[in-house]
Amino acid sequence: MMMLDLQNVSFGYSREQTTLNDVSLSVRPGVSVGLVGESGSGKTTLLRLMLGLIRPTSGVIRFGEESLDTGNSAFMQRYRRAVQPVFQDPYSSLDPRQRVIDIIGEPLRSLRIPGDRTQTVAEALEAVGLPLDAMRRYPHEFSGGQRQRIAIARAIVARPQIVLADEAVSALDLSTRIRIVELFKTLSEKLTLVFVSHDLGVVAALCEEMIILERGKVVESGKTRDILAVPKHPYTQRLLASIPRMPA
Amino acid sequence: MTALLNIQGLHIRAGDKPLVSDLSFSIRPGERIGLIGESGSGKSMTAMAATGLLPVSIGVSGSIELDSQQVVGATDSVMNRLRGAAAAVVFQEPLTALDPLMKIGRQIAEPVRRRLERESGKTSKDVVQREVRDLIDKVALPQPERIINSYPHEVSGGQRQRVAIAMALACRPKLLIADEPTTALDVTTQAEILKLLDQLVRETGMALLFISHDLPVVAQVVERVIVLKNGVAVEEGPVKAVFGNPQHDYTKTLVEAARLFDEALGATG
Amino acid sequence: MSPVETSVSRREQRHSLALTLGLALVGINLLVALLTLFWTPYDPLNASGGRLEAPSLLHWLGTDRLGRDLLTQLMIGARTALLVGTGAVAIGATVGVSLGVLAAFATRLADDVMAATLDILIAFPTLLLAMLVVAASDSASLWTAILALGLAISATVARLTRILAKRVLRQDYIVASRTSGTSWAGVVFRHVLPNIWPTLSVNFALQFGLAVIAEASLSYLGLGAPPPNASWGRLLQEAQGTVYTAPIGAIAPGIALVALVIGMNLLADGLRDIGDPTRGRSR
Repeated sequence: MMMLDLQNVSFGYSREQTTLNDVSLSVRPGVSVGLVGESGSGKTTLLRLMLGLIRPTSGVIRFGEESLDTGNSAFMQRYRRAVQPVFQDPYSSLDPRQRVIDIIGEPLRSLRIPGDRTQTVAEALEAVGLPLDAMRRYPHEFSGGQRQRIAIARAIVARPQIVLADEAVSALDLSTRIRIVELFKTLSEKLTLVFVSHDLGVVAALCEEMIILERGKVVESGKTRDILAVPKHPYTQRLLASIPRMPA
Repeated sequence: MTALLNIQGLHIRAGDKPLVSDLSFSIRPGERIGLIGESGSGKSMTAMAATGLLPVSIGVSGSIELDSQQVVGATDSVMNRLRGAAAAVVFQEPLTALDPLMKIGRQIAEPVRRRLERESGKTSKDVVQREVRDLIDKVALPQPERIINSYPHEVSGGQRQRVAIAMALACRPKLLIADEPTTALDVTTQAEILKLLDQLVRETGMALLFISHDLPVVAQVVERVIVLKNGVAVEEGPVKAVFGNPQHDYTKTLVEAARLFDEALGATG
Repeated sequence: MSPVETSVSRREQRHSLALTLGLALVGINLLVALLTLFWTPYDPLNASGGRLEAPSLLHWLGTDRLGRDLLTQLMIGARTALLVGTGAVAIGATVGVSLGVLAAFATRLADDVMAATLDILIAFPTLLLAMLVVAASDSASLWTAILALGLAISATVARLTRILAKRVLRQDYIVASRTSGTSWAGVVFRHVLPNIWPTLSVNFALQFGLAVIAEASLSYLGLGAPPPNASWGRLLQEAQGTVYTAPIGAIAPGIALVALVIGMNLLADGLRDIGDPTRGRSR
């Protein structure tokens, strides 16, 4: 069974340029996927398509039995509840004028999810390892890593099936990054993680499968273990060879 | 041999917030040293202080000798002579380091002309042009004609960083300070720039102060590292020793994290 | 205390001083304006003494050339000034913010058209614009003046709002809000407006001061509130002929005008920090 299925999806911001070219991929429940690519690979566009923020120029995106239709508000309400994003820059992704409780509670409020909102927010805070007194505070009172935890709490508060993370640890320091990666790893036991990144090391540590993108095209996909062991496409080989390693 | 850069008991503070505390280290001619630290570690502050580029509102005390000249408290005219000849800097974001309204050829020509005037008191257009061509070859920029006549935004990020390196080389500095020079670049481009830097440093014999948060990147280009945490040097030594057998807890955390991602990629390299 | 902290607290002190002084100046005006609704020293419409009397215990600021008490005129002028400032800014803010937010959301073409229109409107001097509105409504009244000034303000506010809103709309928290299921209206009220409010509110206070000056100018030109509504601008105009013999007639409304405008500007300065959670807190 497929949760999210992209069939021959293309997208161009203008008629002359296609950012994504005939991309097909599927996300299966419980299998975390890494979308790997450098600048210009189209990975962020792909993510925006999967979030229903833009529509493909051609091709279809299916969610379960339905096709993603940004015009269908009843469907979008269900889809938003099921698919939540985490962004790269936690300084830009949290409204500086809102308290943490309102930031994390926004999906509950906007998607009209019943239940005790404060209690649900408290549970989300606990799940990301933040103290409850964080609720009454503002984003600027937190460090970059803590802010990213707040952003993750917002993403999981409505109990989504899929979390789409866009370079979600790239802006963090190494010692913080490792802890946020661990948090994602824990979360990926309960939900399906789609992790977009240029950082093969992070994707390798987090994702069972990966898809390599180059200039808007999928050049290689499969089990992370297999690709790392025997990269088939020349670009994948070059990418792997470019990663600086620790001295033995 | 006397040190090219000798920093002793350096303190940098903004108000009474210490940014760097009691930092001492030196770089001998031809030596390659890495300054490792995360955000807020004071690594970039140290580089700025070494070239006298810190704003006046930031308090600096201690001693920084660059090519036997005291930098702390030096006048602008002393520093202007020292910058370039003694040390040149390559920054993280080449787009902001280059003048967006000047063609690349002219930008590289400027430091060349300044150096020639300093050395022989006169320049000719031909000599400058020839040297600009040489520099472009040296940093392996493709299609030199096109690059010379392009503006910074018209070339790729990796090419811009090559231009910035060419401008630094134009000064023929004894010390090259590279402040996160590959952080803004793609992995494949980063690999190329690191290779270029390594090769240039070896060929010209200049010393290198490489500043980065990325352990494996630092390991590729330097011999010795200093680990900074909140403005304090917590560990120092040869790359192999520090990364192979870290002593300080903080270094251990960093090395473990870096190794974890490394191992996830499989034990190759 | 460190130099950085001292300079921060000095800035805060300066801000609170500006706020206090601004509140005082505007507050006095407001009290006087309210008072005139119930009581004035003399009948504002009829002579209560000789013509152009000098200041005395009976008439603190003397009388005008019709023998009316000048202090009474001045107090009613304060009411007119506040009414014009508040009315014009209210119209300007409502129309301007709405247009600005719409422009920020509009498609490229619509946005370009809107931006160009606003630029042309702003290029018109406020007074000229006001004169056109007054001419179009073929009778000058306090309300045409307020409407005219409000429209002029709305162009400036719309342009500012558009730029500020666009900057906010580029932030990731807007996308996060959308993917949280929040409607565009929700995005505007919950994220865009709160984040552009600090800059806007300062601008409103400045526009208020400008509107008061503009109304005085209109009245001076005879295009503002017609008699018997006293206005500082008309007091100035009426005092023009007697400025050498009875200078108080020009000096008093002049000082009142300057004090209110300065008060509004100080208030704007002090307002900047209010409602910003990122200021004045320890990290």
